[in-house]
Amino acid sequence: MKLTLRVWRQKNADAPGAMAAYEVDGVSPDMSFLEMLDTLNEDLIVQGEDPVAFDHDCREGICGACSLVINGDAHGPERTTACQLHMRSFRDGDTIDVEPWRAAAFPVVRDLVVDRTALDRIIQSGGYVTAPTGSAPDAHAVAVPKPDADHAFVHAECIGCGACVAACPNGSASLFTAAKVNHLNVLPQGAPERESRVLDMVAQMDAEGFGGCTLAGECATACPKGIPLQAITTMNKEWLRAARTSKR
Amino acid sequence: MSWTSCGWPPYGRRMALATRDRRPPTVRTLWDSSVGKKTVMAVTGLIMLGYLVAHMAGNLKIFFGADEFNGYAHWLRHLGAPVLHSHWALWIVRVGLVVSVVLHGVCAFQLSRRDIKARPVRYAHTKARTSYATRTMRWGGVILALFVVWHLLDLTTLTVNENAQAGHPYENVVATFSTWYGNVVYIVAMLALGLHIRHGFWSAAQTLGVGSAARARLLKGAANLLAAGLTIGFISVPVAVMTGVVN
Repeated sequence: MKLTLRVWRQKNADAPGAMAAYEVDGVSPDMSFLEMLDTLNEDLIVQGEDPVAFDHDCREGICGACSLVINGDAHGPERTTACQLHMRSFRDGDTIDVEPWRAAAFPVVRDLVVDRTALDRIIQSGGYVTAPTGSAPDAHAVAVPKPDADHAFVHAECIGCGACVAACPNGSASLFTAAKVNHLNVLPQGAPERESRVLDMVAQMDAEGFGGCTLAGECATACPKGIPLQAITTMNKEWLRAARTSKR
Repeated sequence: MSWTSCGWPPYGRRMALATRDRRPPTVRTLWDSSVGKKTVMAVTGLIMLGYLVAHMAGNLKIFFGADEFNGYAHWLRHLGAPVLHSHWALWIVRVGLVVSVVLHGVCAFQLSRRDIKARPVRYAHTKARTSYATRTMRWGGVILALFVVWHLLDLTTLTVNENAQAGHPYENVVATFSTWYGNVVYIVAMLALGLHIRHGFWSAAQTLGVGSAARARLLKGAANLLAAGLTIGFISVPVAVMTGVVN
């Protein structure tokens, strides 16, 4: 396959950026999107140009490092991460636009790499449980009803890639925050911080400069892990409950 | 005792940590949070929606003739009598509505500013994805606010209604809808209203946390029914005047 790529190039956080066009030849339909970018970078290095910087790590769809908006879709046209997106999803001769996550809370570091530590600070503000450290507790010490365990698992799938923020017309991190609130608030292990978790995480989300939720639903469509939009509704419910009852 | 009190995490950003002594009052929490402001919008939106259902149903009285419509309008002024003095019920409703409109508008403005600031750079590759109703919430809301001003000047204060006479609402309605601009303004605003309610009602349900996977179809159905019912109900009046059913 022969493709035309239009890629966002930006030297550093302060430099202005622009889309730059590149021709990539010899692309196999079995390549992943990141392998295709590797091919482009090898060509660029041979030509003495700077390779395109992009985040990647596990390349098996579980780490949440890759962060590419491909043809306007976070992670591209398939419901997966960019590393698990294969070039068979495109056709020979296609022109493909590749851009970084766009959000005020995600400043561009270089090219396609953005700073996502705002998400880490949301987690640090309440996305944990207070657990005794030391020896592992007996697996049956705390009983968790099956539907609650299932609910927690669905939301624990979030890999924190930030595709929800990138897809949201308001640059909102509501789905990300809601995933963690749903995951921990349903479990008995998360009960001691049930109120402070949702209040503090939402407050941190606002403090980081993310937008609010207008229920556009783009986040849930983009999420490679299928976190449902309903998670935000449940977070709102938890938030209202906590705002009414929390004394601390 | 907890590790949160040991100077961790080590960065300068203001962190909301569990070591704080006391939370601010609930009203403060609501107003300071994006989720809280959405809650204010949801509640005030539902208050206005409830009023609109009653208003639309009352409007349909016009199909029973001038006497019944004017009698109904007169009765509204004495609603709640003899407990309430004349016009009191009307003013209680008006104050409630003004408070709702102002809170709804202020929250919408502040949240929209936050949203626009949160996404300063557009994608080079854009596509329209969200539904038309979702995309038009902001400007649709502005159109509705402007319409309310015109509507009050037209049929409440009668300022812009040339042939209006106080105390003759039936005749005033016919006068408004006998002009082309009266029909255009009203019908465009009612279409905007339908779109606003279609996304707004469903959105309010999610904000208040009453939505669930099982209720999703019910809520979307209710939103569509309310939107279509109110739009058709309101528009039926100018259409009736235009076609001569009401004159």
